[in-house]
Amino acid sequence: MDPMQAIRETFFQECEEQLGELETGLLSMQEGAADDETVNAVFRAVHSIKGGAGAFKLDRLVKFAHVFETTLDKIRTGLLAPAPALMKTMLRAADVLADLVAFSREGGTFDDSRSNELIAELSGHSEAPQAEPQAPEEEPEANPFAALGWEPVTLEIGSELKEYVIGFRPKPELYAKGNETTRLMRELSRLGSLKVHCEIADVPLLANLEPEQSYLSWRATLHSDQDLAAVQAVFEFVDGDCHLDIEAVDTAHLHEPSALETALEIEAEESAPDPLIETKAALSEMPEPAKAAASAPESRAPREPAKAEAGAATQNTIRVDLDRVDRLINLVGELVINQAMLTQRVLEAGAVKNASISTGLEDLEHLTRDIQESVMAIRAQPVRPLFQRMSRIVREIADATGKNVRLKTEGEGAEVDRTVIERLADPLTHMIRNAVDHGLERPEARIAAGKPPQGEVRLSAAHRSGRVVIEIADDGRGIDRPKVKAIAIKKGLIAADAQLSDVEIDNLLFLPGFSTAETVSNISGRGVGMDVVKRSIQALGGRISITTRVGHGSTFSLSLPLTLAVLDGMVVKVADQTLVVPLNAILETMKPKSGEVYGLGPDSQVIGIRGGFTPLIDVGYELGFRAHRADPMSGVTLLIETEGGLRSALMVDAIQDQRQVVIKSLEANYGHVDGIAAATILGDGRIALILDTDAVVHRSSGRSAPSEMLLAG
Amino acid sequence: MAEIESRANAGAREYITFRIGSQYYCVDIMSVREIRGWTPATTLPRAPGYVRGVINLRGVVLPIIDLADRLGFAPTEPTARHVIIVAQTGKQVVGLLVDAVSDIIDMPADKLQPTPDVGSEAARAFVIGVMAIEDRMISLIALESVMPTQIGEAA
Repeated sequence: MDPMQAIRETFFQECEEQLGELETGLLSMQEGAADDETVNAVFRAVHSIKGGAGAFKLDRLVKFAHVFETTLDKIRTGLLAPAPALMKTMLRAADVLADLVAFSREGGTFDDSRSNELIAELSGHSEAPQAEPQAPEEEPEANPFAALGWEPVTLEIGSELKEYVIGFRPKPELYAKGNETTRLMRELSRLGSLKVHCEIADVPLLANLEPEQSYLSWRATLHSDQDLAAVQAVFEFVDGDCHLDIEAVDTAHLHEPSALETALEIEAEESAPDPLIETKAALSEMPEPAKAAASAPESRAPREPAKAEAGAATQNTIRVDLDRVDRLINLVGELVINQAMLTQRVLEAGAVKNASISTGLEDLEHLTRDIQESVMAIRAQPVRPLFQRMSRIVREIADATGKNVRLKTEGEGAEVDRTVIERLADPLTHMIRNAVDHGLERPEARIAAGKPPQGEVRLSAAHRSGRVVIEIADDGRGIDRPKVKAIAIKKGLIAADAQLSDVEIDNLLFLPGFSTAETVSNISGRGVGMDVVKRSIQALGGRISITTRVGHGSTFSLSLPLTLAVLDGMVVKVADQTLVVPLNAILETMKPKSGEVYGLGPDSQVIGIRGGFTPLIDVGYELGFRAHRADPMSGVTLLIETEGGLRSALMVDAIQDQRQVVIKSLEANYGHVDGIAAATILGDGRIALILDTDAVVHRSSGRSAPSEMLLAG
Repeated sequence: MAEIESRANAGAREYITFRIGSQYYCVDIMSVREIRGWTPATTLPRAPGYVRGVINLRGVVLPIIDLADRLGFAPTEPTARHVIIVAQTGKQVVGLLVDAVSDIIDMPADKLQPTPDVGSEAARAFVIGVMAIEDRMISLIALESVMPTQIGEAA
């Protein structure tokens, strides 16, 4: 990757973060939390994106971001109230901005009409209908306070703002070290609104001018919510190379611009489309120190976009290559296995009686576990960005269906493995779509049912006993069970006279080939059904369940492992082989009694469980570990559930243990083995295979229709 | 054959020789990662007979190939004295189960002769060429060919 490409990549990565900030901020503003900090954060996000985009000549992005920023600025300065209608537009603008960023990053197509529409809308909201960034100098005229040269920021939010008067007189050393007043002033301007006045009285006549001397000094007035230390920090690097005098002024007495100041000051917030070029042209004829003077006032220029602000805002994080983290996780996996092996060896050697050795081993075990947890935590990320994406989905879907929907999120801070988050996006999107499209009623139907017209979709995440539980709940009409059943019968998924419990009917939604949408809309008709959702969740080692109350709404619960690197498994013995069965597949274990197992045809057996019949699969026989079926009475059966609600009883010889195992790839050096999901290493150092229960059941059942199997459960 | 020709220019190469029954074979030393004693392997379901299973090589799942079985001899009855040559081809690492490792030999690449046209299909498929050392004939194993075809697909 060439360096420019790398910088560009960094810019887009930062854009992602800024877009996240933007969305969070806008959402909390919508909730009524339009405090300065939030509004400023939102403004900064858009501003940074615009600045970076300018540097990369992403004109469309710049243009849109500019209009967006202008509107935000009006809110920031109190000229516009964050009314609900405006906030809605802003959120849509944030979506378009995200699309524009994606478009700039990956290319593809972008529909200009969307951005133009929003530009018009945004401009309509602001009093100055100024869509073109090419003419930003007209903006202040729309501002009734423009004549004063000062927007009444201090009046609006004056209680929190402090005023600083900064006297700054550089010594020649400052310039000799490559510092520039411009940069310092720009830094200052990031702290708040800044006015800079240049003292030129000391400049001698040209004949007497020493080019390397410093003649200019500045007086800056800063209104900022930052404390004195933050202001001083700006000058940290020029300490000693200048005469600096920072004075915090009592904000009670307000500022009255002198004629000279008015003449020299420039709106801090104002940003020209390409200030870099303009200033350059203007400056080229001036001597060095004067250059700094002239360019100082264009303080809030978007030229160092993300860098400085990210530096201030991202505090204590580092970007690390994912491969490195994975390597670390692998190594810790080895450590865990090694520790288990060591313990076993010591036990075998009979050294347990030695108290100091067993204490040492216990300490080692705790340490190993701590290290493992800490390393796993590196890969763990909060679900917040994922949830933020969902709020957009809800907006789009609500628009498309004409429903009034509010997304409420809870527990966004819950952390899950990065891979789990990545692979959760699609299923979650689909379920959110379903919740709005199928779950919620139209406003009029809601009113008729005595509910508020605005529907609510609640998305929550919580940690529960070593797993993360994500719930998607709507307060809609609930599952229409008779309708679901009728559809299932119509589609041949169940027999017409089938007697199903409520839970079984609800689970019909997960059957392949089931879709309640009578007309395929562009919302639900994306080629994914709930069966795909269920399969993706199961592929993550998770489980999905539905609860519904007719007339009150439905809740889909996803229970997911926190990581994909380890798995809770049941260690079983099959024909002298040790296998691990994923715990999340197992519903219950039982010991078959005589008379419960029946032959069905020449080569199949079923087991009677509470009145129903479930296929009985001899795992050892199925995997080819033994040539003939073992006596069912000699083993233990594990009742498992596979995708699509299939139930089967897996027969194993004995259950040995239940423990967490580190997942090892079998594919890396060998290849895929049918019926085996992966491998792991047990405490004795030997490899045990992790059973792919779905594959075993499918292999055994051949092409059995799922409906028969479902009813058999 | 292109491979042999390219090696001809590379000068002398080193090979690890080992014994299967009474015959001698070798692999290029550059592909050998380590040599270790036999440890019992975990059987893989429905794997070809010459795949003895997988063992744990410091956390790596290492498939073990019984080279005798693969070359058409009787399957090895592994004991603690048997040896696993851990070899890498491409990105994959495999263990070759052999009776014993005998020597490291230095051999100019142009001493490698084409495999004589023999009847054994396995010999033709898995031997790149042969070379004469003192009074022995040593066959150079084509590592990538001894893996089961499934491995190639999975890679």
